[in-house]
Amino acid sequence: MIYVENKDLVIPGQILADDEYYSGRGTFKDNGKVCSSLMGLVSLRNKKIRVIPLKSKYVPKKGDVVIGKINDVRFSMWDVDINSPYSGILPAFEVFGREKKELNKVFDVGDVLFLRVVDVDEIKKAKLGLKGRGMGKFKGGIIVDIAPTKVPRLIGKKGSMINMIKDKTNCKIVVGQNGLVWVKGDEDMEQLTKNIIHLIEAEAHTSGLTNKIKNKLYLAIDGELPPEEVSEEEEEFVLEKPKLQNFKEELEQEEREAEEKEAAESPEAEDADEAAEVEETEEDNAEKDEKPNIAEVIEELRKKNKNKDNTISLGDNSNNSLILNNK
Amino acid sequence: MDIVPEITKQSITNLVKNDKREDGRELTEYRDISIETNVISKAEGSARVKIGGTQVIVGIKPQLGSPFPDTPDLGVLMTNCEMLPMADPTFEPGPPSEDSIELARVVDRGIRESELVELDKLCVEEGKHVWMLFIDLHIIDNCGNLFDACELAVMAALKTTKLPVASIVDEEVVLSEDETFDLPINNELALCTFVKIGDKMVIDPTLSEERVASARLNVGVTKDGHICSMQKGGKEPLTKDEILYCVNTAVGKVKELIEYL
Amino acid sequence: MSEMIREDGRKFNELRPIKIEAGVLERADGSAYLEVGGNKILVAVYGPRESYIRRLLEPNSGVIRCRYNMAPFSVDDRKRPGPDRRSSEISKITADALRPALMLENYPRSMIDIFIEVIEAEGGTRCAGITAASVALVDAGVPMKDIVVGCAAGKVNDEIVLDLSEYEDKEGQADVPIAMMPRTGEITLLQSDGDLTEEEFAKAIDLAMEGCLQVSELQKEALMKRYSTE
Repeated sequence: MIYVENKDLVIPGQILADDEYYSGRGTFKDNGKVCSSLMGLVSLRNKKIRVIPLKSKYVPKKGDVVIGKINDVRFSMWDVDINSPYSGILPAFEVFGREKKELNKVFDVGDVLFLRVVDVDEIKKAKLGLKGRGMGKFKGGIIVDIAPTKVPRLIGKKGSMINMIKDKTNCKIVVGQNGLVWVKGDEDMEQLTKNIIHLIEAEAHTSGLTNKIKNKLYLAIDGELPPEEVSEEEEEFVLEKPKLQNFKEELEQEEREAEEKEAAESPEAEDADEAAEVEETEEDNAEKDEKPNIAEVIEELRKKNKNKDNTISLGDNSNNSLILNNK
Repeated sequence: MDIVPEITKQSITNLVKNDKREDGRELTEYRDISIETNVISKAEGSARVKIGGTQVIVGIKPQLGSPFPDTPDLGVLMTNCEMLPMADPTFEPGPPSEDSIELARVVDRGIRESELVELDKLCVEEGKHVWMLFIDLHIIDNCGNLFDACELAVMAALKTTKLPVASIVDEEVVLSEDETFDLPINNELALCTFVKIGDKMVIDPTLSEERVASARLNVGVTKDGHICSMQKGGKEPLTKDEILYCVNTAVGKVKELIEYL
Repeated sequence: MSEMIREDGRKFNELRPIKIEAGVLERADGSAYLEVGGNKILVAVYGPRESYIRRLLEPNSGVIRCRYNMAPFSVDDRKRPGPDRRSSEISKITADALRPALMLENYPRSMIDIFIEVIEAEGGTRCAGITAASVALVDAGVPMKDIVVGCAAGKVNDEIVLDLSEYEDKEGQADVPIAMMPRTGEITLLQSDGDLTEEEFAKAIDLAMEGCLQVSELQKEALMKRYSTE
């Protein structure tokens, strides 16, 4: 027996379903019932229930890309604020290797960096690194702060939202999984982008958002609405029937490609925003639990593997745990 | 301590240089202001003021007490400010910080020096019993410019304060159960706060503007355009021209602010 | 009992009018405002966040710190600012009342701060504080097993009544504030102050639990309203 529907807004302690359902993230089992532990939206796939929180603090996870601020320079590392209850450290050897240099000549207090979480220890302290495209110190631009749980919405399905904003404002945008966003472009466009991002954050749980944002952008920049209405957006709120087979294939495919990738690492740099964003897309789909058809999935994986480096672990993709649970 | 990102410093400074601000205001424009009075029924005077996201509550409680020996026929004003830890992640519980004491004293100075409260009418019996007004400021949300919000709140609360009528019967003070009188007020004032960013002065700073600013200036002006209190704060100096510009701007702005009262 | 009308015209099992609002502050991670009768309570939650007070932290779980504070102007005679013995005790029992519902094992070595400000007091501030604090915790996104809710019952004129007003608290014979987790009915706060027979106590606790369930619905409404579209 299930008491809620997909995308329902639920609150902590609310009973979601009986015993035959699996308890996913944001839920717990008590006395034979699956209950929510958060205020958020129900995400239902097969017999697994999750609750996607409306708000939550960022907890560092291996492989994440984050935006951090140097808070202190120490003997052999930097202390980095990553907008989380857990601070990060960037060890000097992650930057210099064995070479000895003066740390504050490279990154000083107040500098903002694009970083990767290399490892997380048992007390959640994050070890950070700069290996990856576009990683390093930001020059210029502004920082926008949003709830980390709203990051997938800002990215949009396959980057639809963020790409639309980038195209229209001509700004470079880098999204960290910790809810910090870097925007650089024309001064006025930076401010407009900031406002648009805050609007997305505020209305992340509503439907029809892509169109709404599109209209806002066009009105602000061109002074008139976009030429035609696009109605794809609603799709984001319709969940397809779960196809367990596809997920297995997808996982295998992903593993195969990752292995191949590992073998032939490609060192050339690309835009930082590309790297950040593609991963977010992946996170997005995981968060929303909506898997498009397999052709799209494969296409997406291909794109993903082309762009991102191999430090992203497959382990943190929530699809895996689903499959394991259902075996 | 919270470190301001270098690029935030740059972007705010660049905006101000071009006469722009992160929330789209002009350099001499206030955020939205709202004032509600009589928000606490147990206080004899009270107000809640919002300037943008900044929010303060003030309550005024009178108590009978002894006058100061050098002013035996004058009532007493006491202003206290609690920067509550709820208002800002960097505010800590505990006794008032230096910042909080400075804030209370600057707000107090405006009220006191403009002599807008007729303290002589708060005397019940010369040398023995006078009204002491406790003005307690509660900062509940800090989004920048607490000074102006606090001064507006105190002004609004004072204007609506009612005290019980006191009389002397057989050498004892007797308070009337139902008769009250309005706190005698003969003027109005407001505080205008500026911060220096780059080489420009900006009014009603947001939190991030405060954090990147090099200096601060509070200017207290009465309704009739008299300057009654000032305070310079911050790490860097100000030039005479900058100060005169602020005073001149404040004299005009205060009229706008007083309209809200 | 039943037909007795109380000093403020309420029935024995009637709550004072309540208003709850979630998300009222900009800076705090979560916040709530609650009015019940003449009480006005504001709560802010920060965290989970890093804390430099290492001795307070736990290796396997997050911890909570609670501060209940009364504004100087919240009562008839001005209260001196700062903590006193009463507010320190209430801070402690409030933390104890909320803790059983919190799921902090995912946030080791972090701290959650709960700041309860009594802007105006009219009897029953501790229960009101707990009720508002729970809403603020949900608003902050803190994982919880349930939304704790507080309500008191007591004895006035030899009758067991719900939700004592300030007058009833002063004039009455007993006050039993409780807090509970509504889903399981477990009690997380219990104090009793005054004279009650065993039977009266049983009645009081039943009535207080009923009251809690009513207030719980209002907590849920307030949270839903915050995020309702429109």
